[in-house]
Amino acid sequence: MSASELSEVADLPDPAVPQPGVERQVEGRSPWQLAWIRLRRDRVAVVCAAFILLLVLVAILADPLANWIGYNATDQDQVNGITADGLPVGPDAHHLLGTDNLGRDILVRIIFGTRVSLVVGVSAAVAAVLIGVIVGLCAGYLGPVVDSVLARLMDVVLSFPFLLFAIALVTVVGPSELIEILVIAFFSWAAVGRIVRGQTLAIREREYIEAARSLGAGNLRIMVIDVLPNLMAPVIVYVTLLIPVSIVFEATLSYLGVGIIPPTPSWGNMISDAQNFYQVAWWYLVFPGAALVLTTLAFNLLGDSVRDALDPRTERLFAK
Amino acid sequence: MTKPDPTPSIQRRPSDDDVLLTLRGVVKHYPIKHGIIFKTEIGRVRAVDGVELTVRRGETLGLVGETGCGKSTLARCITRLFPLTAGSIVFDGQDISRLSRRELRPYRRQVQMIFQDPYGSLNPRRRIGSIIGDPFAIHGVADGAERKRRVQELMELVGLNPEHYNRFPADFSGGQRQRIGVARALALRPKLIVCDEPVSALDVSIQAQIINLLEGLQDEFNLTYVFIAHDLSVVEHVSDRVAVMYLGKIVELADRDQLYGQPRHPYTNALLLAGSIADPDRARARRRIILTGDVPSPVDPPSGCRFHPRCPKAQQLCFDTEPQLQPEPGDPVEHATACHFPVAPGEDLTVLTPGIGSAVDQPTEG
Repeated sequence: MSASELSEVADLPDPAVPQPGVERQVEGRSPWQLAWIRLRRDRVAVVCAAFILLLVLVAILADPLANWIGYNATDQDQVNGITADGLPVGPDAHHLLGTDNLGRDILVRIIFGTRVSLVVGVSAAVAAVLIGVIVGLCAGYLGPVVDSVLARLMDVVLSFPFLLFAIALVTVVGPSELIEILVIAFFSWAAVGRIVRGQTLAIREREYIEAARSLGAGNLRIMVIDVLPNLMAPVIVYVTLLIPVSIVFEATLSYLGVGIIPPTPSWGNMISDAQNFYQVAWWYLVFPGAALVLTTLAFNLLGDSVRDALDPRTERLFAK
Repeated sequence: MTKPDPTPSIQRRPSDDDVLLTLRGVVKHYPIKHGIIFKTEIGRVRAVDGVELTVRRGETLGLVGETGCGKSTLARCITRLFPLTAGSIVFDGQDISRLSRRELRPYRRQVQMIFQDPYGSLNPRRRIGSIIGDPFAIHGVADGAERKRRVQELMELVGLNPEHYNRFPADFSGGQRQRIGVARALALRPKLIVCDEPVSALDVSIQAQIINLLEGLQDEFNLTYVFIAHDLSVVEHVSDRVAVMYLGKIVELADRDQLYGQPRHPYTNALLLAGSIADPDRARARRRIILTGDVPSPVDPPSGCRFHPRCPKAQQLCFDTEPQLQPEPGDPVEHATACHFPVAPGEDLTVLTPGIGSAVDQPTEG
């Protein structure tokens, strides 16, 4: 590394004077830049990121895509989309991935389901991480009294039977996308909070925190400027791993009928509907399921790669 | 920089009446608690247990002692990183030992600290420009281009290339990192800098550079140092006066030449003889004073003189009564020793074997 060589050169008696021959400007690379470089070299990460980017584009361009394909998510194609017996039609020229029992195009419904999954999954994960970081940071930094209150709160949240509770809650309040996001975030933040709290407890004993305190820095400044940047690595990893969990959570709620309500398509309620027809229409079940599995897989693999990139000491068996 | 320094720029001789910092009976105990919800105190670590000390303006006071004797805790008491258990600290005429966090802010500008670990004391995720600029940001002294200019001035002052402003701590060697720590401590032109083993984590060749830097800055800015170290030769080199600590108490305090020339406390004698000598022939010829046992636990310090279980000269009196830190007969007033049976000049402690220590008071700590 040229940076370290330059540092050695600069250790000579008068480092203020630029050494001849080392005029080349070397900008210090931040840990983020180094992680980014490592991430770009990881082939798995690049493929997964490309797939996720594709999903995002599909979600954003869902309406023009549907126009281009020629069907809307709720259009029932009575001519080509359903057999004379009223059964779904398999993949053909009219419907690339086939139709469901009402003659709706499965590809278009998966495209709109992508939008639901990403919006709910990402918002819930981000909300959960925000709450978790704030609570965990306060619990870890502000001392034993705050800690014991917040840590018990996290224990309580983690001990809820969350699926039962989510179903009950949605039944009472009524299903909507926002409620779904809130429910998922509510049951996810405590795990993040615990991790952040543990990290904060370790970081607050470091000497640079002591140095900041001896300079007269207040609690808020230390938490935001000195502790938070050191938490970003685990937090980013957690976000990328929490998104697929939230997407699955969303699909589960929709499958159980307490998430996205038909006729609005989501992967969860499509899988749920397909159950009655899988013996005659495998495509009805397989394609939404594949979308869910591939998306979850891509986010999980990317999360692993991000973790490896941020922490070069961990080694993965098959990573290059 | 913008404000005129209240102390005159001419180098003052440290004198008795020009006291910058006074510690009176400073005590720091850490409670040991037991229980899950209802915690009861089952003991205390007596890290610092009644320290009396004055630091004069412009001098360097060395503070030596073994690991675990409370040096670093005392440093953190002086910088008020935590509240004192008892005692008072008077800085420049003001008692700062009971001030609240907010009231301490002006004090923080005048007292800075240099830390032992040049790796741990710099936040790895921040650029060094912003690390050195921290004091300006926290105290609202300068921002924007002005802050950057001042930071680069400081970097130049401590021998760093100002163009490395945007680098990260990981890009620097240990010695350079310690220079960054020095620059940060110097930013607000403090009156007192507490150096907590500033060179013990560095290579010997780098140690001299940092020490010379600190000495140069002292002359330039009329700084007062409290210099903590366990390396006696470093302390001898930098200090005007030296205090020796043992188990949370100061056992001997004297001018440097006095202390190194005529150490009176048996512990100081043992420490001095344990230090390494660069000449192998002399080193081989020398006889060490063998201290038996480990440093006793500060949770349950020995009665009377805390050194008595390991002291070759200990007698019943040492076991019963605690000696006061005072000048011994024949010593200058400056030279205070806390010992009932101080070592006479020329006395050879190596011929003595630990007496009462091993006989009377075997350490029972498991």
